[in-house]
Amino acid sequence: MRHLTTALAALYAGLIYLFIFLPVVVLVLFSFQDGTLPVPPLNGLTLRWYEAIFSDGKLMAALGNSLIVAIVSSAVACVLGFLAAYAFARYTLPASGLLRGLIVAPMTVSTLIIGLGLLSVLNLTGLRLSLVTVGIGHVVINLPLCFAIIYASMGGHQVNIERAARDLGAKDWQVMLLITAPMLLPSILAAFFLSVTFSWDEFIVAFLLSRFDVTLPVEIWSMLRSGLDPRTNAIGSVVFLVSVAFLVVMELTVFRKKAS
Amino acid sequence: MTADVSIRNATKVFGAFRALDDVSLDIAAGEFIVLLGPSGCGKTTLLSILGGFIEPTSGTVSIGGHDMTHVSPAKRPTTTMFQDYALFPHMCLRDNVGFGLRMRGMGKAERYEKAFSLLDLVGLRASSAKKPHELSGGQRQRVALARALAVDPDVLLLDEPLGALDLKLRRQMQDELKAIQKRVGTTFVHVTHDQEEAMAIADRIVVMNKGRIEDVGTPASIYMRPRSLFSAGFMGEANFLPAKVRGTAANEAEVETALGRVALPASAFVAGLAATGRDVTLCIRPEHFRNGNTDVPTVSLGRGRITGSAFFGTHHRCHVAADGTSLTAHLPQTDNPQIGAELDLRLKADSIVVLQDGAGVVE
Repeated sequence: MRHLTTALAALYAGLIYLFIFLPVVVLVLFSFQDGTLPVPPLNGLTLRWYEAIFSDGKLMAALGNSLIVAIVSSAVACVLGFLAAYAFARYTLPASGLLRGLIVAPMTVSTLIIGLGLLSVLNLTGLRLSLVTVGIGHVVINLPLCFAIIYASMGGHQVNIERAARDLGAKDWQVMLLITAPMLLPSILAAFFLSVTFSWDEFIVAFLLSRFDVTLPVEIWSMLRSGLDPRTNAIGSVVFLVSVAFLVVMELTVFRKKAS
Repeated sequence: MTADVSIRNATKVFGAFRALDDVSLDIAAGEFIVLLGPSGCGKTTLLSILGGFIEPTSGTVSIGGHDMTHVSPAKRPTTTMFQDYALFPHMCLRDNVGFGLRMRGMGKAERYEKAFSLLDLVGLRASSAKKPHELSGGQRQRVALARALAVDPDVLLLDEPLGALDLKLRRQMQDELKAIQKRVGTTFVHVTHDQEEAMAIADRIVVMNKGRIEDVGTPASIYMRPRSLFSAGFMGEANFLPAKVRGTAANEAEVETALGRVALPASAFVAGLAATGRDVTLCIRPEHFRNGNTDVPTVSLGRGRITGSAFFGTHHRCHVAADGTSLTAHLPQTDNPQIGAELDLRLKADSIVVLQDGAGVVE
């Protein structure tokens, strides 16, 4: 009986993981399809679709754009999130709970609404759509996340350490830069890498707020409009691989630090 | 460097709570002062006012003759050693100790040299490249001390720095603290609730209770000649015996206690000879109930019966019942007190301290 329940539990777990990862596995598998259609049967393995995407200037430009937008917008979101978290954790602010809630609230709003809202605002201000506006959009999306992660790691035990720094003559900006930020580095890095992975494959805001220079998800979307093609599988696999790479880097840097 | 400290009528009110109530205290340059009292007595508040972390509601603080009441911690000639060490976890010891010098704009080479010499002082030079989490509690304590002393403060403030250490290490650190204080000559103001620690390190102890200063003096004078019931009770064990003054002469007074009438020298009255009819309290340390040496004037409180006894190493701690009053006596370790045995409650006349009622409160 116990063996049966164990077996059923294992089967159930296996099905769940299959359900989650089957699409990714199929995508990656058919990126190696030796033929022009990324559907079964698998005719053979080839790397020519990867060759095709890496020699595609537009795709590579979009990939570069995506990396720049992801890294810069995440860095800005982390700096703003850190400053906000510092203020909420170290000073008594009026209506602090409400203001904190308002900072985190955009997490619950769909990116479509945020994107449309930003589009209207940008129209009003007359700012031309570009990678900069995409970056602004990604800061708006990722700031609540960065704030929440960094704020959660700011505890009372750091207060005395900051006080000691001030007692030894450090000015407020020196305390933040030399003491608080390095102490919170694990959570700041966690916020940064998570934010990068979100920005990296974000489509809706990037689509609504870009025009000539586009990010990779937008470029993939326009490829898809001309029909299925193993090239889309190949570039999709690359997107997936990069996301995984960022998560692995995060695990290694953040969790190794925490363990010590 | 070193400087004197003068606190004048300092009061601090938090809402409806008077954490500090009209406290005045003068500390000489180079003195090792311990603020002693139970939690909530205002000792940490007073230390924070000296460090500039809180401003007094009223009153003034001056250090080295300069008014510091409203000066920020960074601009004061004080540094603080915190209870939880508050070391910078991401910096090696050398950078921890050199941090204050770096904030003062000192160059790297000079700063490191100074950091090394201070790590040398606390015996941790070999560990200068380690991070704080690689050290034991006692070692972190030493780094915190070196870091606070690196900027040559006039006054070092120590906020229960030994509270987290075990007893053996605490004793060792007390000796080290005292030795280092003598060596550098800086004025130390140390907060603790442990009276043994206070006696181990202090030049002078300031006993505090309910936001006020109860007693100030050397460890010996506070223990032997406490000026309030609180002070007597907080500094070690004491028997309190209520009494009434029945008559006074030029240099002695007769008081009546539940254990009979006794004549006490005027010197036993710390606040001056009390008038006839006054209620007073006799304060008797348990170790003073020891017989033998009778070539000095003694006072007898009759006889008591031992009702309980425990061996404490340095002494036997005995409970004694005498005429319905229960007392505690510390008998020599070589004695062999038996339960039910009689004890002659005789003690040297000059070992009794008489406190006027109303001087302090017994907790």
